[in-house]
Amino acid sequence: MTIKELKQRSIQYRKNVLKYILQAKAGHTGGSLSCVDILNVLYNDTMNVSPQNFSSPDRDRYIQSKGHSVEALYVVLADKGFFPEKDLETLCQYKSHYIGHPTRKVNGIEQNTGALGHGLPIAAGTALAAKLDGRAYRVFTLLGDGELPEGSNWEAALTAAHYQLDNLCAIIDKNTLQITGATADVCNTDPLDKKFESFGWAVKEVDGNDPGELKKLFDSLPFEKGKPSLVIAHTVKGKGVSFMENDVKWHHGVPGKEQYEKAIEELDHALTVI
Amino acid sequence: MAEIITANIGYKPNQDVFSETMQRLAENDKDIIAVTSDSRGSGKLVPFGKKFPKQIVEVGIAEQNLVGVAAGLASCGKKVFAVSPACFLTARALEQIKNDVAYSDNPVKVIGISAGVSYGALGSTHHSLHDFAVLRAINNIIIVAPADNYETEKAVELASQTPHPVYMRFGKKPMPLLNEANDDSFAFGKGRVIREGDDVAIIATGETVYPALLAANKLSEQNISTAVVSMHTIKPLDTALVKKLAEKCRAVITVEEHSVCGGLGEACASYLLQQGIMKPFAIIGIPDEYTVTGSQQDIFNHYDISEKGIAARAVSLLKK
Repeated sequence: MTIKELKQRSIQYRKNVLKYILQAKAGHTGGSLSCVDILNVLYNDTMNVSPQNFSSPDRDRYIQSKGHSVEALYVVLADKGFFPEKDLETLCQYKSHYIGHPTRKVNGIEQNTGALGHGLPIAAGTALAAKLDGRAYRVFTLLGDGELPEGSNWEAALTAAHYQLDNLCAIIDKNTLQITGATADVCNTDPLDKKFESFGWAVKEVDGNDPGELKKLFDSLPFEKGKPSLVIAHTVKGKGVSFMENDVKWHHGVPGKEQYEKAIEELDHALTVI
Repeated sequence: MAEIITANIGYKPNQDVFSETMQRLAENDKDIIAVTSDSRGSGKLVPFGKKFPKQIVEVGIAEQNLVGVAAGLASCGKKVFAVSPACFLTARALEQIKNDVAYSDNPVKVIGISAGVSYGALGSTHHSLHDFAVLRAINNIIIVAPADNYETEKAVELASQTPHPVYMRFGKKPMPLLNEANDDSFAFGKGRVIREGDDVAIIATGETVYPALLAANKLSEQNISTAVVSMHTIKPLDTALVKKLAEKCRAVITVEEHSVCGGLGEACASYLLQQGIMKPFAIIGIPDEYTVTGSQQDIFNHYDISEKGIAARAVSLLKK
């Protein structure tokens, strides 16, 4: 996929995220919009995973630690053909498997997540299994910057470095906002680069809403042989919709019909100027 | 009357048998993995680690990470035993057991060592009197407390072949064999009748089965016929056996190295009440109080988890 196609895809994903959140009257809008470019590049360019090879032990794995941004994952998986997009019309409905956090009931999802601070330890174990078995697959996990105070992340950061898991890539969706407000005010975790470097990781920063930059960075993995890789993805919460950007009320705010139409109008316009 | 195999009194601690069984299994299966949190010494896994250095994963003192890493390994086909003192494993890492293991159905074998009050004199920080209760309330995890070396060996073998989550707890004390151990009838969810009887039924689990059996022998001297069951699987509970015993006997006593809240006793009581089977019933365990200090045996004696204590409760229950 060309960079232009990736960018178009990101906008289409944003439109779908909003469409299904509007239908469900539920969802984590802001975080889904901030991380969707990352998922786009991972699934359409970086990772060796598809519905055809999903049961292969050699597939690349993606574990979403910030499970609440599941709507972004759903629209990407639907687009990749893991399930019919129409299934998303049941989002958050009675007995639907398409609930507000990822579960393995949905084809394409590796692990049930939702409680924060769980993705990195599981990803480390998954990457360790590859090393033990001599397999070449890679493991990607996406964390929110707001979940970093969970101590289990730092426990796993130690393990990943100790076992030299250079087949592991953790990506922090650093949109700088969490439900209470600015992450820096809630519990400042900066400087993340120095922290992870001191834990033994190779760290790089990127504009996490730029598919071209993301692709370039992921192509350079692992950043250093023998070290796990950390991507600090600088993103904008609510990215792509002017009135949602950087406004914490969209953490799990759901648009009304009028807001939805305005958002779609903006995204349609963005498609014309790529 | 069932004879206790006295020649084996002072046999091995169940956690030693766990380690030996792990070594035997690992000989022919490179997917057997032990994950430890600086716990290979307490888990008797030092020889395992020496023999199979590529099959032991050390994460340091980090129980949450221990379970998460174990879940990741298990999701890739490894037969993972996550080993840590039961007190820390089932409290600090409870959310990981709930989500990463049970909810995600990653077939991790969660191994709680030095369980119950095995670390008696170290105090309540080191006791696990809550593990049955909290894990019973979590869907999709088998809960097992083997009583003797035979049950331990069978349970570890069976767990390694079970494609779903299992929790097992072991103690440090050498345990006598309770019965002839030469059959292959051990199965999760099927209690072992160690001794038949029809006046009182004692349903015990883990290291309390042995004092229950001693109590039964003592009661026979008073012509009280006592059934003893090793209910090694707390969940799924062998309700058919519980029902059969309660219908047959005049009274039922449960015994466990666990809080009286939420464990084996309440599981049996809940089942029997809902079946409309009303028999004099007592739960022997650790009461809901600041736990007395001392050795495991001191604590057992203090709370009637003893030959004398269980027998006395049986006698008083039969008078009701």
